[in-house]
Amino acid sequence: MSSWGSGLIRGLRVTWQNLARRSVTAQYPDAPPELPPRSRGVIALFEENCTVCMLCARECPCWCIYIDSHKEAVPPVEEGARERSTNVLDRFAIDYSLCMYCGICIEACPFDALEWSPEFEYAELDIRDLTHEKDRLREWMWTVPAPPGLDPAAAEPKEIATAQKAAEKAAAASQGQAAEETRDDGGGS
Amino acid sequence: MAEERVVGVGAGAAGFGGYDRGGGEPGGLATQDMVLNIGPQHPATHGVLRLRITLDGERIVGCEPIVGYMHRGVEKLFEVRDYRQIIVLANRHDWLSAFSSELGVVMAVERMLGMEVPERAVWARTLLAEMNRALNHLMFLGSYPIELGAITPIFYAFRERETLQQVMEEISGGRMHYMFNRVGGLKEDLPAGWLDRASAAVAAVRRRVPQIEDLIFGNEIFLARTRGVGTISPELISAYGVSGPIARASGVDFDLRRDEPYLAYPELAEEGVLRVTTGEDGDCHSRFGMLLEQVSVSLDLADACIARLRSLPQGPINQRLPKILKAPEGATYCWTENPLGINGYYLVSRGEKTPWRLKLRSASFNNIAVLPEVLRGCVVADMIAILGSMFFVVGDIDK
Amino acid sequence: MIVQALGVRTVDDLSEFGTDPWWLSLIKAVLIFVFLLLLTLFNIWFERRVVARMQHRAGPNKNGPFGLLQSLADAMKLMLKEDIMVKAADRLLYVLAPVISVIMAFLAFAVIPFGPVVDVPFTDRQTPLQLTDLPVGVLFVIAVASVGIYGIVLGGWASGSTYSLLGGMRSTAQVISYEVAMSLALVAVFLYAGSLSTSEIVNAQQRLWYALILLPSFIIFWVSMVGETNRAPFDMPEAEGELVAGYFTEYSSMKFAMFFLAEYINMVTVSAVATTLFLGGWRAPWPLSLWDGANAGYWPVLWFLAKVMMFMFVFVWLRGTLPRVRYDQFMALGWKVLIPVALLWTVAVATIRAMTLDGGLDRRVLVGGALVAVLLFLLLSIVGERAPKEEPEAEEQPFDPFAGGYPVPPMPGQRLPRPEPAGVVPGGAQPDQEDDTARRSATEEGD
Repeated sequence: MSSWGSGLIRGLRVTWQNLARRSVTAQYPDAPPELPPRSRGVIALFEENCTVCMLCARECPCWCIYIDSHKEAVPPVEEGARERSTNVLDRFAIDYSLCMYCGICIEACPFDALEWSPEFEYAELDIRDLTHEKDRLREWMWTVPAPPGLDPAAAEPKEIATAQKAAEKAAAASQGQAAEETRDDGGGS
Repeated sequence: MAEERVVGVGAGAAGFGGYDRGGGEPGGLATQDMVLNIGPQHPATHGVLRLRITLDGERIVGCEPIVGYMHRGVEKLFEVRDYRQIIVLANRHDWLSAFSSELGVVMAVERMLGMEVPERAVWARTLLAEMNRALNHLMFLGSYPIELGAITPIFYAFRERETLQQVMEEISGGRMHYMFNRVGGLKEDLPAGWLDRASAAVAAVRRRVPQIEDLIFGNEIFLARTRGVGTISPELISAYGVSGPIARASGVDFDLRRDEPYLAYPELAEEGVLRVTTGEDGDCHSRFGMLLEQVSVSLDLADACIARLRSLPQGPINQRLPKILKAPEGATYCWTENPLGINGYYLVSRGEKTPWRLKLRSASFNNIAVLPEVLRGCVVADMIAILGSMFFVVGDIDK
Repeated sequence: MIVQALGVRTVDDLSEFGTDPWWLSLIKAVLIFVFLLLLTLFNIWFERRVVARMQHRAGPNKNGPFGLLQSLADAMKLMLKEDIMVKAADRLLYVLAPVISVIMAFLAFAVIPFGPVVDVPFTDRQTPLQLTDLPVGVLFVIAVASVGIYGIVLGGWASGSTYSLLGGMRSTAQVISYEVAMSLALVAVFLYAGSLSTSEIVNAQQRLWYALILLPSFIIFWVSMVGETNRAPFDMPEAEGELVAGYFTEYSSMKFAMFFLAEYINMVTVSAVATTLFLGGWRAPWPLSLWDGANAGYWPVLWFLAKVMMFMFVFVWLRGTLPRVRYDQFMALGWKVLIPVALLWTVAVATIRAMTLDGGLDRRVLVGGALVAVLLFLLLSIVGERAPKEEPEAEEQPFDPFAGGYPVPPMPGQRLPRPEPAGVVPGGAQPDQEDDTARRSATEEGD
């Protein structure tokens, strides 16, 4: 601090310099924001995958998922087999006025029937309209982006790891077999 | 609204409140103290804190913080949520330091389970916690000047926040409530190229933060309003359990990152990246300066974490958890250095899916408790300067 | 009556005024009214845009070209808002306050000269571009501005709310202190111009602006005009962080709009006064004044507006940068710095004027005298520092709150005793000290 007033002048200079700079405002409705794929905007339902296991509804910390279903008999696939029954989804609704956007339902789903979508433009004038029924939730599915690639240092997904293990085992097995065969060949000749 | 009638002589009688009720004849020269309710809806309380202030003219003779307008019973809710659901709630009491609050919960559970967290997760957690700290401090670096009437710094602060929030959103999907911690690590691994973008964001923020400093920190009016105002002595700090940047601004050299290290902080402290700075004056100005200082330390720490994450070998970022996670019977206390101060969780488990009790010690509650001591004798304008410099989040007070 | 100088007809003396026919006066009044309204709409937009740019935002840009109609839309919205009458309000004054405020804001502009004498289009009449002028024109502006403050004070009081009351109180104190500094700053101008009428002061600045000759006056006037208009960094009466919105916390709809309008017109008014008194009024600035036609016809209105807008920009710039001064610091600045400096400066100007006018003294003598004065002043201040004032040490004696039989405040060095819970002390007793302490210790033991 050199003298009285230098701080004032420094401040005035900052605002003066910014006067000429471009604004950083994103003019939202005209310029839609670019959201990363992990963005938690809205939950989409891939209805076909849902088996009505109710795990999502039970895990939800704010009880905002409503599921109704009934059992239906499915004609046996093979002749003479027993008739089987499956759960048919009647209603799947998420009340976004209650939802805390934690994503536990999506984690809990064992069949990947729920996905995050970065869409966020579903404000309503009536709070009741914030309860999205399954048709609407199914529509969101079209907006679900592909997940981002992972960091090179990330552990391989367990599918790859198991597949690799299996492949290695198979390779080892076939190698052993081949070795045996050559040995056999050798023995034969 | 109740009015306190204080019998006395002229303006000097004000310092007198509460004593003279028996003496003196009523009538004569009477002054009336005015009771002013600051809040629960007042622009300076950013939230619903209410201060019941007794004024003599513009001078404060008494102050009573009335809390609880935003009480959500979070400790009771914790008892009926499993450990994944608790994270959702834990990041909501202090919405400006969501990541650090999550961290306390998962660390407590991990300690109970005796679980080892993968190294990459430890460094990523440290990185995110420090970015969260910078985000939190930037908020107050913007909101404090606005309470003093300078309207511009908050926009600069929000530009920086936006830069950081973008990378936070990219990794976690959330801009405030990250919900990214899990027991045993993080929810997902880092996206490809995220480290580059994170370090670019950190560099951009480091480049532009000095603008806030130039704009306001050396300003003579700002100095006049904050120097020597709201001084808190170290004794008062320890008496009320004030912690975090406020305590350090008063010269209380206490930082859990260094004094009871967790995450990757011991290593960072060894490398000398983690610097714990303390102020001397304990006034509003040094508290504000403390935030500026901590932002730059946080950015350094973030850079160190990014560098480390780049060099770490391939590995997982979380532990495989059982379907049903039960903490073994017992109790533990886990405290972390949240941006606003000490955030502690006392976890008592009876071996069930949910904790039997999870006590939350939040920083803001204690930080605000000291207000009546500090405010007495100030003028209304000082009250705003002091209140703003106590850096609190109402959700963190009321839980 | 009319001087022909460089082809510019300026008002020579005040008899020029009051000769307009009623319709011309009416037209002028209406024009000023409309001009102020439009300028307010523009200024609100201007302020928002400039502040936005300083904060790297865009500012209003949707309504109309460049968002110019934004403030019009806001005004319309305000008119349609519900008009809330507060229960605790003093109805008459509550309604009257914004009206006073806004009327006074408009009134002050009556004596501001916009330009020289011009031809009225479509007639052969000539008239000055000024509604009227008085021999005490500037005093009129100051007086009207003071009455305008009544709007704020009454509004604050009549709202029946603590925040408003504090806002009004602050406003009163602020205006009382700063009016003094402001008027003192103007005295130097009067001394130089030899007149209090605005048009004559403008005429007197043909050669040199008073802002250059009377720089200290200009600075003092500038500071106090920011204080007068309740603008940042001196916006304590409406400090939103502290008093929510100060005196207009409880106002809504049109009444609020009137306060808002008054504030912006006041800004224009003080800018116009500053322009008139210090920046040569409507006269073209230097490079432009080389062109003969610059000061003739309707051109001067442009220069005048440009100067006013320059002041407006500074208002906005300050608002965008500075935090709010604390109330008591502001008072200290007014009373302890501005007023003494203005007084000294006035005395100095008066001395210099008197000497040069009478022609009795040489400049060298003047400079020498000034040097001696400065040396004396320095000497005095050094001597004053050497002998620090001996504060009578407050004797350390226990605080007797009932010394003399009635409650007294603690003396310096004495500490307040711990407050006792109410109801412990028997009422109406006239205790002496022993009784008092005995009782206190008794209650402490009881605790």
